[in-house]
Amino acid sequence: MRDNGKIYLGLTIFLILITFPIWYNLATGKAGYAPELEKAVKGEDCVRDSAYMSANHMDLLNEWRDQVVRDGERFELLSNGTTVERSLSNTCLDCHANKDKFCDRCHGFLGVDPYCWDCHVIPGDHTP
Amino acid sequence: MAEAIKKPEELGRVQFQPSRKGWMDPHVDFRRGTWNYAAVAETLRYLDQPNPRKWSPVDDDWKLPEGWEKIILEGLRDRLKHYRSLQIFIDTCVRCGACADKCHFFIGSGDPKNMPVLRAELLRSVYRNDFTTAGKILGKIAGGRKLTVDVLKEWFYYFYQCTECRRCSVFCPYGIDTAEVTMMARELMNLVGLSIEWINTPLSNCYRTGNHLGVQPHGFKDSIDFAVDELEELTGVRVDAPINKKGTEILFVAPSADYFASPHYYTLLGYLLLFHEIGLDYTWSTYASEGGNFGLFHSAEMMKRLNSKIYMEAKRLGVKWILGGECGHMWRVMHQYMDTMNGPADFLEVPRSPVTGTRFDHAASTKMVHITEFTADLIHHNKLKLDPSRNDHWRVTFHDSCNPARAMGWIEEPRHIIRAVCNHFREMPENTIKEQTFCCGSGSGIGTDENMEVRLRGGLPRANAVKFVHENYGVNLLLCICAIDKATLPPLLEYWVPGVEVGGVHEMVGNALILKGENERATDLRGQPYEPEQVEAEETEKTHA
Amino acid sequence: MTILISFVTIVMLILLVMAGVGVGGWRVLFGTVIPYAAIATFLLGFIYRVTLWARSPVPFRIPTTCGQQKSLDWIKPSRLDNPHTGLGVVGRMALEVLFFRSLFRNTRSEVREGPRLVYSADKWLWAAGLAFHWSFLIIFLRHFKYFAEPIPAWLLTIEHLDGFFQVGLPVVLATDLIIVAALTFLFLRRVVDPRLRYISLVADHFALFLLLGVALSGVYMRYFAKTDITRVKELATGLLSFQPVVPDGIGLVFFVHLFLVSVLLAYFPFSKLMHMAGIFLSPCRNMANNNRARRHINPWNYPVKVHTYEEYEDEFRDVMKAAELPVEKD
Repeated sequence: MRDNGKIYLGLTIFLILITFPIWYNLATGKAGYAPELEKAVKGEDCVRDSAYMSANHMDLLNEWRDQVVRDGERFELLSNGTTVERSLSNTCLDCHANKDKFCDRCHGFLGVDPYCWDCHVIPGDHTP
Repeated sequence: MAEAIKKPEELGRVQFQPSRKGWMDPHVDFRRGTWNYAAVAETLRYLDQPNPRKWSPVDDDWKLPEGWEKIILEGLRDRLKHYRSLQIFIDTCVRCGACADKCHFFIGSGDPKNMPVLRAELLRSVYRNDFTTAGKILGKIAGGRKLTVDVLKEWFYYFYQCTECRRCSVFCPYGIDTAEVTMMARELMNLVGLSIEWINTPLSNCYRTGNHLGVQPHGFKDSIDFAVDELEELTGVRVDAPINKKGTEILFVAPSADYFASPHYYTLLGYLLLFHEIGLDYTWSTYASEGGNFGLFHSAEMMKRLNSKIYMEAKRLGVKWILGGECGHMWRVMHQYMDTMNGPADFLEVPRSPVTGTRFDHAASTKMVHITEFTADLIHHNKLKLDPSRNDHWRVTFHDSCNPARAMGWIEEPRHIIRAVCNHFREMPENTIKEQTFCCGSGSGIGTDENMEVRLRGGLPRANAVKFVHENYGVNLLLCICAIDKATLPPLLEYWVPGVEVGGVHEMVGNALILKGENERATDLRGQPYEPEQVEAEETEKTHA
Repeated sequence: MTILISFVTIVMLILLVMAGVGVGGWRVLFGTVIPYAAIATFLLGFIYRVTLWARSPVPFRIPTTCGQQKSLDWIKPSRLDNPHTGLGVVGRMALEVLFFRSLFRNTRSEVREGPRLVYSADKWLWAAGLAFHWSFLIIFLRHFKYFAEPIPAWLLTIEHLDGFFQVGLPVVLATDLIIVAALTFLFLRRVVDPRLRYISLVADHFALFLLLGVALSGVYMRYFAKTDITRVKELATGLLSFQPVVPDGIGLVFFVHLFLVSVLLAYFPFSKLMHMAGIFLSPCRNMANNNRARRHINPWNYPVKVHTYEEYEDEFRDVMKAAELPVEKD
């Protein structure tokens, strides 16, 4: 007895499952790109360089929250001499005004669902 | 027993003894009491086996044939192609160690190579060295070992220290069965003429005379006649025991020890009384006078060669179906191999009990039923008049034999019978019975006197569980349904638990069975006089304590 | 020694990728070529191995039974531990694969003075094994969000559940902790238990270290040395849709992670890790115990030399006649 039918059926199912992303991407045709982010509507420099920001912005926001909420330190002096308010709504969103075209692009792409918007108001031109 | 054997307290002081060089370093010490005599050249010749010669495991030179390495490696390649089990068991082990302390030989000896995982690694390491790329390049780092004489000696030592009991397989997450690995390793060793006397002599006997003991037809008849006479003396009833009779409904096949060894003999008496009482239309056979099959411990081919006679004889005698006696490994062969090897048994009918009318559909293809299935059915339908108090001098426990428990699953049938024929039945601890049962330590052809130390060590877990019920509940009889058990457990228990005897389930049936027209029995089937009152008092005391 | 060899091998692999990407700048090699080679090796190796197994037949029906057989109507059979139907076998295999039924039986035996044998339940291996395997599966599935665009919603449910407690930022995923703990336990038992230490081969430690390397580099990347995962996903989906790109802005830690995964993939089919497929093919588990009810066919069953009744009677006819046993020929 060999049960080859069952074995090869099992093997095929396994191979289809494990290569699922290949078939899926083939079907959607959307793979191999990274989302384009909308340019900041104003301002020259960000509070940190963009390489740092793209990987670590959540750390900075978290740090800011703690400094503001727990220690009451609302302002930060940047290395270029300007002072900014540690605020998601008032500082970050001031330049990156469109949540849909900025925040959500990557978050959607990566399936990240931050809880910023549980409390913060989404800026004006956006209808929830 | 040889005087070299240590005292129980001493032998029972078991230490884990890993060698400092690691297990990859082949080393074996053929100490007295730990190995079996080599197969005699004459028996190898009779069975057409290769390399017949005079040799002994303690010799330096084993007189292996020219190119023996190649013979074994080719044999291994061949078996990998023919047995998925072997290939899977070699490839999937992760050495998690769950099997380690499940082997009775490891528990009793502390020898790390008796851990099932390492026993298999003895073969696996050679496979890695010669059959995998990593092994070919990296050798020892990849866990590979070259097949040398020392490795082969290690195989011989440790694969004849496995009783193929399958306990490790119960605990293995992949069901890896060391019995299967051992069977393959033994087949490979057979290819170069390495086998043991206690397997090959029974084999050649059985091939020639129909049974392992070499009992010839007239000797067989004498034994049965003797039993018939003795039963008349004991019960006043003369039973009929037909031999080689054509046209009966049933062919009965028992292990040969039942009619030639003690305490098996009392089980035989039990069968004879039972068959008489229900008026069974059956016959014994001299040609198929062995249910057991030492071929299982030798090779698939030898198993098939010996087993062939069962169906051939059933056909010649024109019976409708086959009933089998109490035996362990015999039943692994009947249940898992016979139909595949020598079937289909299309000349037989689906077994049906002539007394109860029960059709044994679970044996619809093989057409062979085990006597405990048959008797349990009789008892369930109240077809037997039983007086269990005739077994009151026995406080019994039941030892599940390896193969019935782990290759078939006869858990309830024998217990049902025991509860009906014995008033005092106690189970041993849960992890020593049923599928977790411990081997007698002497199965698979290694129950020899020269191998006594290994047997006593391997039997320690079983004996220790018996000791528990002996000390706590006064158990004085260990019941079992295996001929090897009945042969090898008495010396084992005498050593570890003096005061406990060994018997068969149908011996108890024979004691309890009330025959039409029998005399009042003064003794049980062993000829021991009944003294019921005294025993009763003791029992009450024990159970209340 | 076995531990050292395995450990040094893993360290060298890590140094190799760090030097290759960090110093040599071979980002395409480690970001594209090696992953492709690894995936191909995994798939082909897996197929090869299973095909090899499938080619060997199962000559005999040899299930290991762990409970009451199906025999007489009034005896309750153990349908899962001693299955007699195909459905029962599916149940037994499911218990085995999903919950490690056999390991759950594990006991520890000890010979005390006397001698007296003592058995105790030992579920640690079962618990750690189960914890590792389930965590690995969940983590593996979680990663599909980096491979699939757009992300199917059910995938995210897994991650939400995994991060149920919402501790930390990014949210700590329970499986990350469990897998590291379980692997550490599985490694330590190989070191601490003298039996395990004795049986462990280089391959055993190597597999554990490799898995730990993969897990720890992933954990390090998620919680500590963060990298731009938008670029990571761009690379991953590029690979899997055969439009490979190696964008800038991906940290070294990712290449370490990816390389260790590649090693794992390539190593898998040639190692004991194939127990993943092997467990399904074990004849002691995947067969129904209906031996006497249905005949099992051995495809290579061949005729053997047998001792026939005629030969037997020829040899013993005289004694049989003398004993008044019936004979075929006078």
